[in-house]
Amino acid sequence: MSSAVTTTPFAPRPAPAAVPRAVRDPAWARWLLTAVALVFLAGFLLLPLAVVFSEALARGLGFFLKAITEPDARSAIGLTLLTVAIVVPMNVVFGIAAAWAIGKFKFKGKSLLVTLIDLPFAVSPVISGLLFVLVFGAQGWFGPWLLARHLQVIFAVPGIVLATTFVTFPFVARELIPLMQAQGTDEEYSAVTLGASGWQIFWRVTFPNIRWGLFYGVILCNARAMGEFGAVSVVSGHIRGATNTIPLHVEILYNDYNITGAFAVASLLALLALATLVLKSAIEWRGTR
Amino acid sequence: MSIEAHGIRKQFGSYTALAGVDLHAGQGKLVALLGPSGSGKTTLLRIIAGLEFPDPGSGRILFHGEDVTDVPAGRRKVGFVFQHYALFRHMTVLENIAFGLRVRRRRERPSAAAITERAHRLLEQVQLEGLAGRFPAQLSGGERQRVALARALAVEPKVLLLDEPFGALDARVRKDLRRWLRRFHDEIQLTTIFVTHDQEEALEIADEVVIMNKSRVEQVGTPQQVYDRPASPFVYQFLGNVNVLRAPALAAGRSRRPAAAAAPEGQVYVRPHDIELTPHDGGGDGISAIVRHIHAAGPHAHLVLEQVQTREHLEVDISRAELAALNLSVNELVRFRLRQTHSFEEDYAI
Repeated sequence: MSSAVTTTPFAPRPAPAAVPRAVRDPAWARWLLTAVALVFLAGFLLLPLAVVFSEALARGLGFFLKAITEPDARSAIGLTLLTVAIVVPMNVVFGIAAAWAIGKFKFKGKSLLVTLIDLPFAVSPVISGLLFVLVFGAQGWFGPWLLARHLQVIFAVPGIVLATTFVTFPFVARELIPLMQAQGTDEEYSAVTLGASGWQIFWRVTFPNIRWGLFYGVILCNARAMGEFGAVSVVSGHIRGATNTIPLHVEILYNDYNITGAFAVASLLALLALATLVLKSAIEWRGTR
Repeated sequence: MSIEAHGIRKQFGSYTALAGVDLHAGQGKLVALLGPSGSGKTTLLRIIAGLEFPDPGSGRILFHGEDVTDVPAGRRKVGFVFQHYALFRHMTVLENIAFGLRVRRRRERPSAAAITERAHRLLEQVQLEGLAGRFPAQLSGGERQRVALARALAVEPKVLLLDEPFGALDARVRKDLRRWLRRFHDEIQLTTIFVTHDQEEALEIADEVVIMNKSRVEQVGTPQQVYDRPASPFVYQFLGNVNVLRAPALAAGRSRRPAAAAAPEGQVYVRPHDIELTPHDGGGDGISAIVRHIHAAGPHAHLVLEQVQTREHLEVDISRAELAALNLSVNELVRFRLRQTHSFEEDYAI
C-alpha cells in the first residue's frame, strides 16, 4: 500500500564492454601458469611413474618376472590379496550401513558418528597400528587372554587385517554419505506407501541409486588396502613369507639393495594405481554423461 | 472411504507441529488442507498416510470408521503423491507405475503381463501413453506429476493424499493441471486430501477447505463459506487481499456485525472489490480520499487511495469500465463507500 512510487529515474545505463576485461589475464601470465602446472605434473607425478617401470625392467623382463614370482614375493602378493578379500567386503557392508543411517535417518549423536568415521583419516597410520599393538599385543590389554588361548593377532594375519580395516574404514562411507544425503528419503517413503518391505526398498530403490558411488568407494578402498604401509608395518612383524604384504616386501627388497627387485614388485602397485585411475575416470565419465 | 483424524498432536523436539487437530473428509470428497508454510498441514498429511506417527496417546486416525493409527503406511492402502514427485529415477515410467504391484507378495501379485497391462491402462488414464519407456529426468514437471499420480493409483488405494501437488510447477501448468485434477477426481471418485499454500487453488477445486495456522485448524467449510464468512482475522487475510481500517472513521460503512464494528479501537476488514467509488464533487455520504496510484494493466483496475482524514491507505479493485466512467487520475479526490465489511473482537493479534 505504497503511494510513494510515482517517478522512475531514467538514468542512462552504461553500455556493456564487448569483452569482460576483468576476467582476462595477460598472455604471459596464462602461459607461465600453464607451464608451471605442467612442469609440476611431469616432475612429481609422471617422472616417478616412469622411473618405477623403467627401473623394474632395467635388468630385462626375465629378471622382472623372477622378482615377482619368487616365493617371498608370491607370499606377499597372496597375503595382500587375502587381506583385501576380507577388508573390502567388511568395509562395504559397514560403509553402506553407516551411510544409510547417516544419510536417511535423524538420530542423536549423528555428528559424532560422522566424526568417528573420519577418525582413521585424521590419525597417522603408524599410530593406528600402534593402537592395535597396545590392545592385542603380548603386553596389551587382551594380550594375556589371547596368549592363554594360543591366539596370535599381532605379528600375524589377523593384526594385518584389523589394521588395514581400520585405515580404510572411511572410504566407502565417505563416498556414500553425501550421495545419500543429496538423494533424500522421498523415494524410500514413496516405496513405503506403495507397500514395499525394507529389504525391497533397499535393493530396488536405494541400492540402484548408489551403485556407482559405491563402486567408486570400493575402488578407492581397495587401492588403499593394497597399498597400506604404515599401520601394517607396525603390526606385521615383517616375517618373510608369512606376514609381509606387497608394500612391506618392497621395503625389504629395497633395504637389501635389491633395487630392481623392489621396483619390480612396486610396479605391481603402480599398475594397480593406474587401473584404479582408469576405472575411476570411467565411472566419472559415465556419471556425467 | 472417509478419513477422520481426532486430536492429533505432534511435537518435533521443542517445536509443536500439530497442537490437537481434528479433520474429517467425507467419502469421495476433494478436501484442501490450506495454510502458510509451517502451519503443520504437511505433517498432518504424512500422519494420515502413516509416514509419521502422532505423539503417543494423543489422537487417532480412522479410515471409514476403522482405527488405522497403528497400521504401517504400506498396509493403509493410501496413494501418496509427494511434492517433488519422488519418482524412482533409475526406473522407466512404466516400471515406476508397476512398482507397487511388483513388490507384492507372490500370492497377491498379478502376473507380469497383467501388471504391464494395468500400468499401460493407468498411463492412458493420466494421458501419458507413449511415454512408458522414458526416464523421470526426461519428463516435464506436469508429466512427472501425473506419473506420480498413476504410480499411486496402481496399488488401488482407498484414499489419495497429495502433498503440494502443484507446488513445483510454473503458473500456467498449475492452472491446467489443477482443473485436470478436479475432473480426474470426479471420474475416479476417490476420497482425496491435498495440501496447498495457494488459496486460489484450494478455493477453486476443493469441495471443502480446511484452513490451518500455527499448528491448529482455523476454519473448515466449503470454499464459499470460508471466503464469505471467515472465522478469524487470519482466515480473512489469508484468503485474499484485504484492507484493515480503523473503525471510527468508517461509520458510513455497513457492517455484518455492527456491534463489533462500532467498538472503539476496533478494526474493520474490507476486501478491495467491496469498495465503491463515487466522484468527489458529486456530494453523497462517501469518505474523501486522494488517489495515490492507479494500476490498470490487467482485467481490473487496482487503485491505492489515501484517506483525507486519517491518512490511512487502502487498496481498491474496480472494473476498468468503472474507472473510465470516473475519469480519475493520480492525486485527485474521490469518495469511497464500503459495501461489505467484517470485523472481529480484538481478542488476539494476527
